Amino acid sequence: MSPDSTGLDAWVDVLSAVFMIVGATMSLGAAIGLLRFPDLLSRMHAATKPQVLGLFLLLASIGLQMRTWWVWPVLLVAWIFQLLTVPVSAHMVGRAGYRTKHLHRELLTSDELEAVVQKAAAKAAREDGSGDG
Amino acid sequence: MMQIVLAVTAVIFSLAAVGAIIRISRGPSLLDRVLATDVLLAILGGALCVDMAVNRHLNNLMLVVAISIIGFIGSVTVARFVADRREQPNES
Repeated sequence: MSPDSTGLDAWVDVLSAVFMIVGATMSLGAAIGLLRFPDLLSRMHAATKPQVLGLFLLLASIGLQMRTWWVWPVLLVAWIFQLLTVPVSAHMVGRAGYRTKHLHRELLTSDELEAVVQKAAAKAAREDGSGDG
Repeated sequence: MMQIVLAVTAVIFSLAAVGAIIRISRGPSLLDRVLATDVLLAILGGALCVDMAVNRHLNNLMLVVAISIIGFIGSVTVARFVADRREQPNES
């Protein structure tokens, strides 16, 4: 606890405690989603919760508990780098999952990539044909 | 109050880690395992953050920053080289 846990200090403690509980619950939600969702793409949806919002809440609770200003830029750097790198890995995993057909196609509401893939395949086939002839 | 929060978050993180490990061990495809490993890494970073916040030290802060910077390399590497070796698709 803080040295004088009265007034504003106690409220900061309560706020950071709520942030910690909610941030931890994001991890639990991701684990439940990993266990219960049917295919890779929906599991990816669940997996982003602790990586973005959960990490934000926990870093904010660190900043609130330390009660210093200089720690906030470091926490911001950690969160911004997480925001920059998580989409990269999600893109690569989703791309590999789409190509190796780790998805239930009947569960998709729309598949905008399929038209692009078919157009590219048709174009490649046409160029092959003209090259042969 | 902080000790109660620490206990509650420890229980929640433990359950979450158990769920992620179950998905790693069971996961029908390689990509499911990679995804669950990412979640396990996020859970580890969250547990480090809670430890720092409750005990009011910053010993692990650089570790959290490093995880957020280079944690994606593993899953990108595995996803780059994944191949489809299954007999019938959509079994996940």
